Amino acid sequence: MKYLFQTGVIFAVTLIGEILSQIIPLPIPGSIYGLVLLFLLLLTGILKLKYVEGAGNFFLAILPFLFISNCVSLMDSMSLLGENVIAIVILTIVSTLVVMVVTGGVAQLFINGKQRKAAKAAERGGKTNE
Amino acid sequence: MNEFFSESLLFGFTLSVAAYAVGVAVQQKFKKAFLSPLIIAMFLIILFLKVFKIDYETYDYGAKYITYFIQPATVCLAIPLYKQFEVLKKNPATVVVSVLAGCIAHLMIMLGSFYWLQLDETIIRSLLSKSVTLAFALPITEELGGIGAITIVGLTIAGILGAVVGPGLLKVFKITDPVAQGLGIGAASHGVGCGRLVELGEVYAAMGTVAVSVAGILTVGIVNIAVMWM
Repeated sequence: MKYLFQTGVIFAVTLIGEILSQIIPLPIPGSIYGLVLLFLLLLTGILKLKYVEGAGNFFLAILPFLFISNCVSLMDSMSLLGENVIAIVILTIVSTLVVMVVTGGVAQLFINGKQRKAAKAAERGGKTNE
Repeated sequence: MNEFFSESLLFGFTLSVAAYAVGVAVQQKFKKAFLSPLIIAMFLIILFLKVFKIDYETYDYGAKYITYFIQPATVCLAIPLYKQFEVLKKNPATVVVSVLAGCIAHLMIMLGSFYWLQLDETIIRSLLSKSVTLAFALPITEELGGIGAITIVGLTIAGILGAVVGPGLLKVFKITDPVAQGLGIGAASHGVGCGRLVELGEVYAAMGTVAVSVAGILTVGIVNIAVMWM
């Protein structure tokens, strides 16, 4: 019974997300509105984690599986890829590597900066101790 | 074959679960992040359908009910995001700025290849979302008028690439901190990349998961600005 109730809560939030995506004229999928809404409900404490967690974890565990039919649909659209396949593969490889290095690099700069600050503070701390 | 199976709602569903179970078994045996059960199941099902000359529509007659659950399941991604919120609160600037930089770099490459390499607009529209998790990427592609199949191909390559070469490549660029590595691989290679991060350690995995959610939300915003220029 608990899972049925939790599933109901999740579906209700999803439905509100759908409605929002119909009302708001932006190309943002309903599931994203739903996600943000559920996150805000949890964060503000309006909705307790225990009201969604069990069924939610089940949905999350099977999430990759749910895309199975979309993936199998590749069998009919392979011809669409056709001559573009090399361009798609190269563009994907290059952009993936760049995103990884840029994101990681910027984060590393932030961390290096913090460490330098911490080291300086420690140095100053050391001097006053002397 | 088609006549019988097209009457049966259970055919597509049962075949999907069976193929996915094989995929999970293979991954658990070899313990490699890039052996995604989804991809293994996809190949098995396509093979099965081709061998028995069953068309996709017949399969999807039952399997489409699986697809319906994508939306509520995507909404549930709010749960790990809420649980990881402490990690995000500790390094908000590091997380948001680095992931944003990655998303913008991705957009620049895509727009660049559209304008200078004259790549087909549909391809670009289909690849704009390919760094983020499938649950975000496919709806974005649909909204942008791209082709879902191209998004899935891009997504698969991005995931496997990040999982296999990610940690090594980042080391070459002297990106060695677990937080930075987790963010980089999470932002570029979504859930498949996170699979590899789980093997590396808890901090890697937590940062990866946060990066996946943040990159998803930022990408939704950024691609909407991007298509105004196309």
